Amino acid sequence: MSSGCLFVLRGFLCLIIKDGNLSLFLRLLVPCSSPYEIYLFFNLVCDPADVISTVEFNQTGEFLATGDKGGRVVIFQREPQGEYNVYSTFQSHEPEFDYLKSLEIEEKINKIRWLPPHNPAHFLLSTNDKTVKLWKVSEKDKRAEGYNLRDEEGRLKDLSTITTLQVPVLRPMDLLVEASPRRVFANAHAYHINSISVNSDCETYLSADDLRINLWHLNITDRSFNIVDLKPENMEDLSEVITVAEFHPHHCHLLAFSSSTGTTRLCDMRARALCDQHAKLFEEAVDPSRRSFFSEIVSSVSDVKFSHSGRYLLTRDYLTVKVWDLNMENKPVETYQVHDYLQTKLCSLYESDCIFDKFECTWNGTDSVIMTGAYNNYFRMFDRASLRDVTLEASREVCKRRAVLQPRRVCVGKKRKETDVSVDSLDFRKKILHTAWHPKENIIAIAASNNLYIFQDRLTPNGHHNMPEIQSAPPK
Amino acid sequence: MAGAEGDDSLYPIAVLIDELRNEDVQLRLNSIKKLSTIALALGVERTRTELLPFLTDTIYDEDEVLLALAEQLGSFTVLVGGPEFVHCLLPPLESLATVEETVVRDKAVESLRKISQEHSPVDLEVHFVPLVKRLASGDWFTSRTSACGLFGVCYPRVSIMTHTFESTLITAVMHFRTLCSDDTPMVRRAASSKLGEFAKVLELDYVKSDIIPLFTALASDEQDSVRLLAVEAGVSIAALLPQEDLEDLVMPTLRQAAEDKSWRVRYMVADKFSELQKAVGPEITKNDLVPAFQNLLKDCEAEVRTAAANKVKVFCESLPEDSRETIIMTHILPCVKELVSDTNQHVKSALASVIMGLSTILGKDNTVEHLLPLFLVQLKDEYPEVRLNIISNLDCVNEVIGIRQLSQSLLPAIVELAEDAKWRVRLAIIEYMPLLAGQLGVEFFDEKLNSLCMAWLIDHVYAIREAATCNLMKLVEKFGAEWAQNTIVPKVLGMANDSNYLHRMTTLFCINALSEVCGQEITTKHMLPVVLKMSTDQVANVRFNVARCLQKIGPVLDSSALQAEVKPVLEKLATDQDMDVKYFALEAISGMYLFNLPTYIFSETFSFSSILFFFFSFSLSP
Repeated sequence: MSSGCLFVLRGFLCLIIKDGNLSLFLRLLVPCSSPYEIYLFFNLVCDPADVISTVEFNQTGEFLATGDKGGRVVIFQREPQGEYNVYSTFQSHEPEFDYLKSLEIEEKINKIRWLPPHNPAHFLLSTNDKTVKLWKVSEKDKRAEGYNLRDEEGRLKDLSTITTLQVPVLRPMDLLVEASPRRVFANAHAYHINSISVNSDCETYLSADDLRINLWHLNITDRSFNIVDLKPENMEDLSEVITVAEFHPHHCHLLAFSSSTGTTRLCDMRARALCDQHAKLFEEAVDPSRRSFFSEIVSSVSDVKFSHSGRYLLTRDYLTVKVWDLNMENKPVETYQVHDYLQTKLCSLYESDCIFDKFECTWNGTDSVIMTGAYNNYFRMFDRASLRDVTLEASREVCKRRAVLQPRRVCVGKKRKETDVSVDSLDFRKKILHTAWHPKENIIAIAASNNLYIFQDRLTPNGHHNMPEIQSAPPK
Repeated sequence: MAGAEGDDSLYPIAVLIDELRNEDVQLRLNSIKKLSTIALALGVERTRTELLPFLTDTIYDEDEVLLALAEQLGSFTVLVGGPEFVHCLLPPLESLATVEETVVRDKAVESLRKISQEHSPVDLEVHFVPLVKRLASGDWFTSRTSACGLFGVCYPRVSIMTHTFESTLITAVMHFRTLCSDDTPMVRRAASSKLGEFAKVLELDYVKSDIIPLFTALASDEQDSVRLLAVEAGVSIAALLPQEDLEDLVMPTLRQAAEDKSWRVRYMVADKFSELQKAVGPEITKNDLVPAFQNLLKDCEAEVRTAAANKVKVFCESLPEDSRETIIMTHILPCVKELVSDTNQHVKSALASVIMGLSTILGKDNTVEHLLPLFLVQLKDEYPEVRLNIISNLDCVNEVIGIRQLSQSLLPAIVELAEDAKWRVRLAIIEYMPLLAGQLGVEFFDEKLNSLCMAWLIDHVYAIREAATCNLMKLVEKFGAEWAQNTIVPKVLGMANDSNYLHRMTTLFCINALSEVCGQEITTKHMLPVVLKMSTDQVANVRFNVARCLQKIGPVLDSSALQAEVKPVLEKLATDQDMDVKYFALEAISGMYLFNLPTYIFSETFSFSSILFFFFSFSLSP
């Protein structure tokens, strides 16, 4: 593929670069003719706790939440001008110790899910390995004034001066954003929680660990129902683990969960209370001639996403992303190679444990484009209609102000162009695992280690909330 | 101090008002709970103009504070100046009805419903109805869900005399219709659960023309969480309609619900089955509900079978008398027979808890022929809960066929439960012992069960030993003191010489429990000497329990025995080297008013020992 036919998606303009550590930042405002401003948050020391572990837009796209290894949740709000600024930061989880099992429980946020809007406040679920918490993020702009026994500075008044009762009055004050924990859903998982997903009935959600999926009511913290249990009687018979689970976006009775063997199962909760028997099983037969030691490892599904329409399932395994039609179980309708060139490198990737990396995948708002991460701070996009794809890089060096991202190309063997990168020079420590796409517009959030990059399609009119067509770049 | 009188009365109120926004939630909560005091002090005028506006805006608070506030406001009418001004309470309750916390919203709606009764018809129209409309068309689903609960109360009271009644009603129905087709499932659920109540306040014509279509729509909603709530609405609506309309208007939908694809909806039908049965009357029950119930009992989902099994007895009881026995024998009993050997333990245990009730309905012959074999199978079930449920309902069978028929199988079942490895199972069977003893009679009991009751006294779990002592007391209440003296007391007292101190203490605990029911004679003659002898035990725990025991049985003894025998022993224990023995001995002495003690002994021992006592009470429980 020549670089000339690459399209649009390279038109993504670097908007914001943010480092995990918010306490040490330097805000760089760049005056330029661009309608966008670029913010750079410089992080002087890279603390492992700042590594971003999840990224999630809310239903309207006005807010973006990130969770990190240090148990913090940072929420960004989109300003009317279009850029995302920090709205609230709070410590969601603390490191704990399980005394019964002598195990440390990390504070790392594994997943964040926003609840559909209830009222002016915002609600989100965050989870670490063991405990799910429901947070309320609300604004306060009024303060009560007028005490009976104290003056405004808090000093006690002389009792003899009190002759009448005073009722406090509320006065406007500076906006204060508060995050408060509303519910703590604990003690239901023996293994590590890998996913949470809010049901479309808006009153239940699921939490999945390696072997079980539990169903919770959002208002009830002291019990949950086990709906899937893969734990064998004898742990030596264990052949697969649950990797991801997600509810269907519209049908409250459907859920999908994927396993380490590369299968994805669709369960109908209407059929029975315990969903051990699946309604559908999505699995592609592997060509026996191509089987190798690594076949099963690379086929393990690392992420599952229902399309917004609810018709398709997107699954990510180590080397590919696949689109499945819910009506066809035996093979995917589309398969995209993310980094086919790694086929020959599996052995060294196994030795460095990279082969177990769990890459996420995401749909755009209209389900026409798929995005997923890769190594060397690259991320990939696939246009489903035109079958064209692009590799882009999110790194500090290339994300300069107003910069338009240039497509990257990884070549096997001899370089054909100056900008080509050879497979051997890829940095496998720099990986993009977590990505998110604005539900309505072409805005994407990419987490690369402790940096968060937010890119916006440059063709999007400023502050205008419509969905521009993705266009092809003019051929050179 | 100048104006001291004014200050004194104002001060506590001033503190309360200031604590309305104290940082400590508990203090805020206390203050909110005394809101009526504050309002009373401020007077009706200031309550209306100052306090209520402040409260209206304080919806940022913790749930428990908001909950208390919502509750308080429901009984605030007098404090704002009576029914004339009751509408002043609407703004704060309106904002509480929109918060995200369901319990708070529900409480606010409850209070709104309460104060709606205190509105005059005109006020209701001018203030309350617009509020309901505002909530019903609110931006957030929270306010719309709250609105669903208010239609039912406000419309019947808008005066029928006013010419606006008709139009108000029509708009109400219109608003409710909008809520029933809301985008968010939460609102549809709220509408679904309040539909029956709303239907109750409407004229029958409106129910037929407007409510039925809404019910049909909700019952076929795409989300099963909405459909399952429509079942209950269906039951309420069915109760309103005349018999001839049921078949056309409600039954198709209900039939569909009983066969819904989602087990949760079928579960709901099973759960509401007896209400449904009542609502539709005997004819439809015979033709429609019997086959539906059979299907529910055979459902593929265990949860549904469990719910249906729970209803077996009530359903059979309420069958029309003329055909009851035939229906049970030909339709229900075959299903029940299958359930007895169900694969799911919850289904079997639900059935076991009601199956005995069938014997009174079917009479002696049928019970012996058809039910008895089922009871016997369940008594041998692998799950203890099933066996326990059968045993706990033995009284029903006893009335019909006498318990002798069962005793052959009963005994092994009881013995097995009594020796179950799980102590909670053992505890459960102990609790049924007095009942069993009453049913089986003293002879059978002595022969077969007495040894079990005594064995529990030396169980290694404290809770079992404790329950066993309590059980002895109940048995004595049943069989009388003479029986106790012959069978129980010697065995209990024999344990006083056991080498295990825990067993020796069990003797004391038994005496505590038995002394009163056994009466003065047995206590003084047989028990007291043993207790007194134990005061020289080498384990301190036993000695201080002797002191406690003496205090406990003191009221049963006569005063000569107290003075001559108990007092010296307690005095001796009061000088024991062990702190706790001393403490309990002194407590027993003072508790029995044997004599006045110099107070210094108390002040010296009290504080220290009570701390130690806590420590010891831990070491007591194994």
